[in-house]
Amino acid sequence: METLSEKILGAQAGNFSDKRVDKAFCHDGTGIQAKMIYDEMGAPGIANPETCYVIYDHISPANTSQTADLHKELREFASRSGMHFSEIGGGICHQYMAEGRILPGEVVIGADSHSCTLGAFGALATGVGASDMAGIWVSGETWLRVPESIAIYISGSLAKGVEYKDLALAYVAELGMDGATYHALEFLGDSASEIPMEGRLTLSNMVVEAGAKTGLWYADDVTREYLGRYGKSSSRQEPDDEAVYSEELWIDLQGLEPLLAVPHRVDTVKPVSELVGTSLDQVFIGTCTNGRYEDLARAASILDGKQVAVRTVVVPASRADYLRAVNSGVLATLVGAGCVIGPPGCGPCLGAHMGVLGDGEVGLSTANRNFRNRMGVGGSYYLSSPSTAAASAITGEISDPREVL
Amino acid sequence: MTLLAGTGPAVCIGADIDTDMVIAGRYLRTKDRGVWAEHAFEDLDPTLATRLRGCVLVTGKNMGCGSSREQAVMALREAGVLAVIAPSFARIFFRNCINVGLPVLECEDLACHDGEMITYDCTIGTVNVGGNSYICRSLSPRMQEILVSGGLVEYWKGRLSR
Ligand code: SF4
Repeated sequence: METLSEKILGAQAGNFSDKRVDKAFCHDGTGIQAKMIYDEMGAPGIANPETCYVIYDHISPANTSQTADLHKELREFASRSGMHFSEIGGGICHQYMAEGRILPGEVVIGADSHSCTLGAFGALATGVGASDMAGIWVSGETWLRVPESIAIYISGSLAKGVEYKDLALAYVAELGMDGATYHALEFLGDSASEIPMEGRLTLSNMVVEAGAKTGLWYADDVTREYLGRYGKSSSRQEPDDEAVYSEELWIDLQGLEPLLAVPHRVDTVKPVSELVGTSLDQVFIGTCTNGRYEDLARAASILDGKQVAVRTVVVPASRADYLRAVNSGVLATLVGAGCVIGPPGCGPCLGAHMGVLGDGEVGLSTANRNFRNRMGVGGSYYLSSPSTAAASAITGEISDPREVL
Repeated sequence: MTLLAGTGPAVCIGADIDTDMVIAGRYLRTKDRGVWAEHAFEDLDPTLATRLRGCVLVTGKNMGCGSSREQAVMALREAGVLAVIAPSFARIFFRNCINVGLPVLECEDLACHDGEMITYDCTIGTVNVGGNSYICRSLSPRMQEILVSGGLVEYWKGRLSR
């Protein structure tokens, strides 16, 4: 009679639980903050360095001397302390950790709000701030409130040109930006076991846009097969028929169409068909939501033999995704179509470099948030799936991917 | 040491304020906390930062959603905000407030306007304003302990030296 969160945390919803952290990670942005705080704490050393990761993705490679100095400081600290370190170009922290580094049932804490992504493995994965990360470095543990859970039952299968990103936008719209605050989401239903790992990662990634702590999938054959590729074995987790959910949502994939979140709220979602023809200044395909190999491959299948009509920035989520795209010819297709390829990492997502929007410009991005000014001061942008982004890149205006497939 | 109870004039802002709004990404690449305080809420209302010292910040629901950046709560603390009161907080923002020693209170249906004096008490979980008293959700003992220490740094310093 337990939800997955209750099982993993070993306590009932609403209770506080002190837990040993199985995997802890931060990036160049939060890591330097955590290091400053850690220094102030005056600890003799990192409690479990073998479980800690520092991953350079946010502003990498460094854009200014100031960033480079901060990078240098954290890089030296990471190497001294014995923590794992992923250099620039290794990938976005969530994707890097998703590549065989997380197992079902683990407690995973990341100093980044999209750490919920890793709930795709049946791990209690959630984001914290820099102080919490420093506290974990010092002690190897943290406190967590066991969340209540919301079930999302998924049935049916996707129509052509529709993606799991559209499902993510649909549930965020349904729940609202704070509809799941303090809650965990659990993805269940007849179709859940058929959703591939890349789709699960996209769906878990966006739960925080509804305020949720994590987005959980019960580990199954998909999980086992995926982790097997990294030489990891994993056991199944079974949902409990009598688990208590505070809310239940049913979504039929059959009825889903390509969607967009319109500026400047993630939960203001409209069908692409309603906005067709909206003129764009830039398209961006990438991020921890939709920068995986499969995302790039879907975009490439639409852009194959075509030319983009607006500047189009593509940033692979990780080195592994980049390499697959190189070896399979996906990258050649994208470059041939006129896309600009950035090094693996967050790219312009957080508005720091490599493709931010200018004042008054309109962009379309495959990211997870479209807050005012986030990806460039005075710019506004829509959020969509890679298929919608690719179809729109060809025309330079919002376009329906079903028309070109 | 953080004061768990206090009084100050209210500064009222809206709902669903994201942390990009509290401190814009363009100010993150620095270790100078004063910079964050100076530019707090710049994209929301550039005059707001000057009114924060000694105030009690009252916001709408889902305060601090979005990015996990701790610079947002540090900006508020550095700017001299005494406490933040909202009907609900984004959970990382809430955690971050506790961790930097900035009192937070979750309070439904608070009626108050800009400049009104608010008295809050985190130990018993109450807010008083305009002659009315409101009950807030209580904090766990561990949270109170961290808050009383003045944040996670002081909390761990204390525990490590014991
Ligand atoms: S890609 Fe964007 S949302 Fe994802 S971790 Fe990087 S900055 Fe955050």
